Amino acid sequence: MNIEAKADDSAIRLQGLSKSFASQHVLDSIDLRVRRGETLTVLGRSGSGKSVLLKLIIGLQKPDAGSIEVDGQDITRISLTELNNIRKTIGFLFQQAALYDSLTVEENVAFPLRRHTTLRTAERTDRVRELLARVGMEAEVRKMPAQLSGGMKKRVGLARSLALDPKIMLLDEPTAGLDPITTAEINELIQDLQQERQMSFVVVTHDMLTVNAVANRVVMLYKGRLVFDGAPGEMKDSGHPFVSKFLREAEGRD
Amino acid sequence: MKLWSQFVWCAAILLAVSVSVRPVSGSGPGDSSTGLRSAASRGLEWFGDIGVFSWSLIKDALTPPYELRELIRLMDEIGARSLPLVALAGSAIGVVLSLHTRDSLARFGAKSMLPSLIVISIVKESGPIITALVVSGRVGAGIGAELGSMKVTEQIDAIEASAVNPYKFLVAPRVLACMLMLPLLTIAADFCGIVAGWIANTIVEPMPLKLFVTMGLEQSGFGDLLPATFKTVVFGFIIGIIGCFQGMRATGGTEGVGRASTGAVVLSSLFVILADVVLVRLILTLFPL
Ligand SMILES: Nc1ncnc2c1ncn2[C@@H]1O[C@H](COP(=O)(O)OP(=O)(O)OP(=O)(O)O)[C@@H](O)[C@H]1O
Ligand SMILES: [Mg+2]
Repeated sequence: MNIEAKADDSAIRLQGLSKSFASQHVLDSIDLRVRRGETLTVLGRSGSGKSVLLKLIIGLQKPDAGSIEVDGQDITRISLTELNNIRKTIGFLFQQAALYDSLTVEENVAFPLRRHTTLRTAERTDRVRELLARVGMEAEVRKMPAQLSGGMKKRVGLARSLALDPKIMLLDEPTAGLDPITTAEINELIQDLQQERQMSFVVVTHDMLTVNAVANRVVMLYKGRLVFDGAPGEMKDSGHPFVSKFLREAEGRD
Repeated sequence: MKLWSQFVWCAAILLAVSVSVRPVSGSGPGDSSTGLRSAASRGLEWFGDIGVFSWSLIKDALTPPYELRELIRLMDEIGARSLPLVALAGSAIGVVLSLHTRDSLARFGAKSMLPSLIVISIVKESGPIITALVVSGRVGAGIGAELGSMKVTEQIDAIEASAVNPYKFLVAPRVLACMLMLPLLTIAADFCGIVAGWIANTIVEPMPLKLFVTMGLEQSGFGDLLPATFKTVVFGFIIGIIGCFQGMRATGGTEGVGRASTGAVVLSSLFVILADVVLVRLILTLFPL
């Protein structure tokens, strides 16, 4: 892959990023760069700050220190209008999907389209059906989120995050709680999107199957720092005891 | 009354409110600070926060795009669906007023004053305040719980992440719908109250409705109706903004949603009554009898 081609070719660039809650230091001076078209997976134990990292990148939380550049703009220094323009180019999947309870599946996926595009109703409906078909949810368009299982919510959330054809996708555990077949389908969808659209991905996951299927690069968060940064295959050669232990336990489970 | 004594009263009320606001304002679990001083400072902090909240809302609400679809849906939800409740409460007040005042007036031989008394007291005070309190119970709790549960399940974050401003999309239409619907509901409550007052009176001493209303209006006019009805726009603002504010700052799961909803009802009722004191004083100054 020629992703090394241009020096300023980064979709996301974090420098010296720190975030604490009260006295708890969740992220401690993180430096990280995601190139355009690259898929980065983020590993780490529960509570290590993976979700916080994603929320910082889309500006839902404010960092205590450091800069967050998305598409060359430091989102900590721009106005809300400018931030919203950047947010339109980012697809975000929440860990709990965060579907709007008062809207049907179809309306959930249509929400970003309704807000930010001038599509006519028929075109919008087609687009929504197409997105839902990609995640295998085309049969449940009329259901309310409360009538869906956790995995189904995840898939609808994924369809919603794809609605505006984003350049960057931030996915918080897209395959957690899914059966192996659906997991494989979601992984294929991510691979297709990488190839068709050259999207950049940051994927938080616990699932080594997903890591092996989609990742170009893996980072591991441990105690607020990145203790590993490299290709998935290089993980077993990392000298760090936490990385080895994580890998050993993960392989033991598979 | 001297100006300074009113000022002292206001300050005393403000302090009392600051202290009482604290236990219900829902400032998350984990702050176990006690004592009058810290309670008062938290109350004042709450005032500061809601001031900032209102200001950013007003700024955002004035710029396009406007949420007309949402507004119409919410006007139906807040206005039309509160109508039965408000009509019932208004009628009850009409009956009670008629029962009470009949005996008192008879004692002074001033029974012919009954229609005016009922009309005046409903139009000037009972109608507006009863409407506001009923709505703050129904709508305040509803808004607080709705936005609170959206907050704790990250739906509000999801709205922000899809580049939509939640103040514009959620808060502004709710506050505006409350402000628009309260005067209309108040008129409905006034109407029901007067008719119910007439019915209660007619059972004892038959009198045509037309005569009752004509007699009622002898002592009052639009000068009584308009300011008293339009002050409910302020009540609507209070109910909407406090409901949204409590909801949007909910934390900590289901329990947080409960706190947001309780806080919304308690605080909006309290502030409606306090605002009424100020507004009545203001109306008396601006529209002297
Ligand atoms: N809004 C918040 N207020 C206070 N603390 C928070 C908040 N959000 C996250 N934290 C803390 O930050 C830490 C990291 O949380 P985060 O949700 O990022 O974990 P995670 O790595 O995504 O875990 P998981 O794999 O279980 O989802 C946790 O210890 C959590 O307690
Ligand atoms: Mg998480």
